[in-house]
Amino acid sequence: MIKITNLHKQYGELEVLKGIDLDVPKGEVLSVIGSSGSGKSTLLYCINGLEPIQKGQIIVDDIDVHASDTNLNSVRQNMGMVFQQWNSFPHLTVLENVALAPKIVSKLSKKEALEVAEKQLLHVGLGDKLTQYPSALSGGQQQRLAIARALAMEPKCMLFDEATSALDPELVGEVLDTIRLLADEGMTMICVTHEMGFAREVSDRVAFFHEGKIEEINQPEELFGSAKSKYLQKFLSKVKT
Amino acid sequence: MDYNFHWRPVFKSLPDLLESALLTLEVAILSMILGILFGLALSLIRIKMTGPLKWFAVSWIELARNTPALLQLFFFGFGLGAFGIHFSPFLIVLLGLTFNNSGYLAENFRGGFNSIPDTQIRASLSLGMNNFQTYTRIIIPQVLRVVYHPMTNQMVWAVLMSSLGMLVGFRELSGETQFFASKTYRIFEYFAATAIIYYVIVKIILGLSRLMASRLFKY
Repeated sequence: MIKITNLHKQYGELEVLKGIDLDVPKGEVLSVIGSSGSGKSTLLYCINGLEPIQKGQIIVDDIDVHASDTNLNSVRQNMGMVFQQWNSFPHLTVLENVALAPKIVSKLSKKEALEVAEKQLLHVGLGDKLTQYPSALSGGQQQRLAIARALAMEPKCMLFDEATSALDPELVGEVLDTIRLLADEGMTMICVTHEMGFAREVSDRVAFFHEGKIEEINQPEELFGSAKSKYLQKFLSKVKT
Repeated sequence: MDYNFHWRPVFKSLPDLLESALLTLEVAILSMILGILFGLALSLIRIKMTGPLKWFAVSWIELARNTPALLQLFFFGFGLGAFGIHFSPFLIVLLGLTFNNSGYLAENFRGGFNSIPDTQIRASLSLGMNNFQTYTRIIIPQVLRVVYHPMTNQMVWAVLMSSLGMLVGFRELSGETQFFASKTYRIFEYFAATAIIYYVIVKIILGLSRLMASRLFKY
């Protein structure tokens, strides 16, 4: 589904990703952990084509994302992305937030787009908020709105960039439940996260990033239970798991 | 006091005055519509581009904001006349006001664009929207809200500025007033009446703007 080979990414002089090789098969949930600045979020931006890369290759669903003849807009339609700052569109109602892209990107009729939007909003438990504006929603609800908005494009995979880091602690649970739901439905996902409990429970594999490289990648019980890398051991001793 | 007020001539020419007030409104509205379009373009050029186009935009904005509106009108009236380019009085005022509006609105828009976080663009692109859709559907609607009240101000300013038209021979409200005042020597009476007409026009604009805002911005 997502195949990354020898990915290098620099911001000016600063090398953020130093040769990433990663293969995420269809249906896998991969969590990415690591301290701030280790390149986790940058990886997602590169996969989505929001950031250019300097070297290597990213293939998503048989399409080379960074090839010059690739239409990024159509690549992104197959990839849902959810950000740390939930980025709901404040000038549109909850329903319009979700229906917009199906209408103008997937070219559904207005009626079909609204149906798709309503279905996805019910899916994430926002069925009673359709006509509200995002400002009336809590952070957790806005993040679920962002998830519904991405799902409405019927993506083949989802990228989560620290989807719960900006939320109040009591709101984290509802968002994680929604992501868990997607995992159960077999969605291919890469979740950059600081929620170790979540990573451990939901993921098929967990990757630990350290200074722009994948330091260790393994099934969660192995990675959390018997970490080999000393950086990972140090990292795990600092965060609660 | 040895001045006797005579209001009758004013009442008699009131229909003419009101007709010229419509001309004032017409030129102000047209210059606003053009000003919004040019202002939007200038601000985007200033934000996004480099090279000669950017310097063209910056020069326009700087001149429009930092020189008297009257001189800007004179440029389109007499300045271009020196090069053999002659416009009608209406066009001189329209071009002058559009030039001025565009410069001021461009800076308002620039502030508006800067106030929308980049993450809105990323979110929009990540849904597969292209740049054009991102701007027309997500960014510009939000910017319009931010600049709505400054835009209303500019509209009021355009109405008031159009009175400079009388100095380039344009018979808008002030030009018409001047014409009658000098014909009848009832200078105070005419300009007092005209001041009231301007005041009412501005109040109507502000009222309409408030009404429109409550319809447009539900969030």
